[in-house]
Amino acid sequence: MKELKLMKGNEALAEAAIRAGCDAYFGYPITPQSEVLEYLSREAEKRTGMVVLQAESEVASINMIYGGAGCGKKVMTSSSSPGVSLMQEGISYIASAEVPCLLVNVQRGGPGLGTIQPSQADYYQSVKGGGHGDYKMIVLAPSSVQEMADFVSLGFDLAFKYRNPVMILSDGALGQMMEKVELQPHQERSTELLQEWATVGRTPDRDSNFITSLHMQPEQMEEVNIHLQNKYKLIAENETRVECVNCDDADYIIVAYGLVARVCHNAAQLGRDKGLKIGVIRPITLSPFPTDYISKASEQVKGILDVEMSAGQMVDDVRLAVNGKKPVEFYGRMGGIVPTPEEILAALEEKLVGGK
Amino acid sequence: MEEKVMEAVNAEENICVPENLIYQRPETLLDVPMHYCPGCAHGTVHKLIAEVIDELDIQGKTIGVAPVGCSVFAYQYLGVDFSEAAHGRASAVATGIKRVMPDKYVFSYQGDGDLAAIGTAETIHTCNRGENLLIIFINNGIYGMTGGQMAPTTLPNMKSTTSPYGRDVQTMGNPLVMTDLIKQLPSVYYITRQAVNTAGNVRKAKKAIKKGFQYQDLNKGTSFVEIVANCPSNWKMTPLQSNKFLEDQMFPYYPLGDIKVPEKEVK
Ligand SMILES: Cc1ncc(C[n+]2csc(CCOP(=O)(O)OP(=O)(O)O)c2C)c(N)n1
Repeated sequence: MKELKLMKGNEALAEAAIRAGCDAYFGYPITPQSEVLEYLSREAEKRTGMVVLQAESEVASINMIYGGAGCGKKVMTSSSSPGVSLMQEGISYIASAEVPCLLVNVQRGGPGLGTIQPSQADYYQSVKGGGHGDYKMIVLAPSSVQEMADFVSLGFDLAFKYRNPVMILSDGALGQMMEKVELQPHQERSTELLQEWATVGRTPDRDSNFITSLHMQPEQMEEVNIHLQNKYKLIAENETRVECVNCDDADYIIVAYGLVARVCHNAAQLGRDKGLKIGVIRPITLSPFPTDYISKASEQVKGILDVEMSAGQMVDDVRLAVNGKKPVEFYGRMGGIVPTPEEILAALEEKLVGGK
Repeated sequence: MEEKVMEAVNAEENICVPENLIYQRPETLLDVPMHYCPGCAHGTVHKLIAEVIDELDIQGKTIGVAPVGCSVFAYQYLGVDFSEAAHGRASAVATGIKRVMPDKYVFSYQGDGDLAAIGTAETIHTCNRGENLLIIFINNGIYGMTGGQMAPTTLPNMKSTTSPYGRDVQTMGNPLVMTDLIKQLPSVYYITRQAVNTAGNVRKAKKAIKKGFQYQDLNKGTSFVEIVANCPSNWKMTPLQSNKFLEDQMFPYYPLGDIKVPEKEVK
């Protein structure tokens, strides 16, 4: 029987973590995602024995993640933009040492302390490697409360499959809004999830394991980089996810992710009501980015509009995908404002349809 | 002369047999060359940790956390599972490990820049939560790895590459005595300050480190073992001079001895 509930995005994510058999959560409060830590503090330990610890900062929590993940456990943290900025050094270490973990960014408007309203201005930071060095996370972008929940176990699966950090890149509206969500059945917490590379205590049949990102010889460091880049290529081949609605007959395509994609569906419908054939492409994985898919889709349309709650970040990747074949225009709102369907349609008409 | 000695040895029966062994490299100390400078305390403390792990027979149950600092390669010398943390974050990493593996023995090994400058918050909060682990703090009053810059623990008027005229406490602050901060915290179970500059001190330091591991069986809180150490290279001294500097300058500021001991052990 389906288990349906009406939940906030943040709570659905927290509940999904418990059900996914998560071993530990380390985090620090920040609006608009504090419900994750609060919900887990209330529910997790008594139900599954999951460790929940409020750290002294996001710097500490990401390093607790590094430690726990190095033991081969399912560990996760969540934060919002300023807190995720603090984690960047740690994420770079995690990516380099190849420890699997799940990170969540419920984005808010910035830069700086910014606002607590939804935003998508951390796209660059998330998909281009906000920390130092050539690394990539796998970045999943939910667009509903359902996906806030579903992407937790998907995220853990991908993290362990590739020994790579996975980020769920959400926003303040998805975190705060309530929707119906179908919850997955409980998975056992497999405390014996011991990986052969993990720091779990050396056994006599092997040398000691170490989790490290230090390679003093440049040749060795380059080897590590080549290995990582090959892995990212493999991830791009296997794990790119994208959703496409009404693209088959479309003259225009809107590309948008997360919450904004839903607004764009409404904009597309408004357009179709007026006789404009508009489709919507929603990248579900922002990293790897559905470059080939967008490249192909662009061939049969007159133009593409990228819509974001930012000054235009993902649009760079859309332009790279389209590679000049068709016009790519951008429409965005910043600082915590969600664009309306009417605004988006007007922008599409003005930039792509009207006159040009 | 030389030939005579050879003869004498050859004449004797071979005494190099296991039954006669009274001292050997601890198994946990891997048989590889260390990168430490001659006379540096890091190597001695590594050996003590290895001896303790052997004696307690916990090689398979110990997880170490190496810092960023001269001892960044501790995991190449100690044959236990290890995590190499970002600069300053070793005790947070150790917290993450201990929380998900509570039945393991966990220790962090950190220098003064790591533990008392960039990682002060993690140190204090790890202690304040009373994480059931051991923090080994190598206080050499200087940044060794990066080439001799001032540390939070550099003595007043002591020269470093970034206090070339001596540490001016008016503008650079006074040396931070970490044990003074953490001894206020009820969740810290054991605090001691030791050194490894003499045979006697080495023995005491080893006992302290051993307690830091053994106390984890009790789950009573954090153990904090500070080792006041030398850094001949960056102090620009010979090892002998550096040992004298320890006695003359460092120990008066950082006196050796127990600072907080479990109730039942108070004499
Ligand atoms: C974030 C960051 N900042 C600075 C450094 C450079 N760094 C490496 S080790 C170190 C200080 C080491 O001194 P200490 O912790 O006292 O250890 P020691 O080398 O003396 O044993 C610094 C500043 C770094 N690796 N990472």
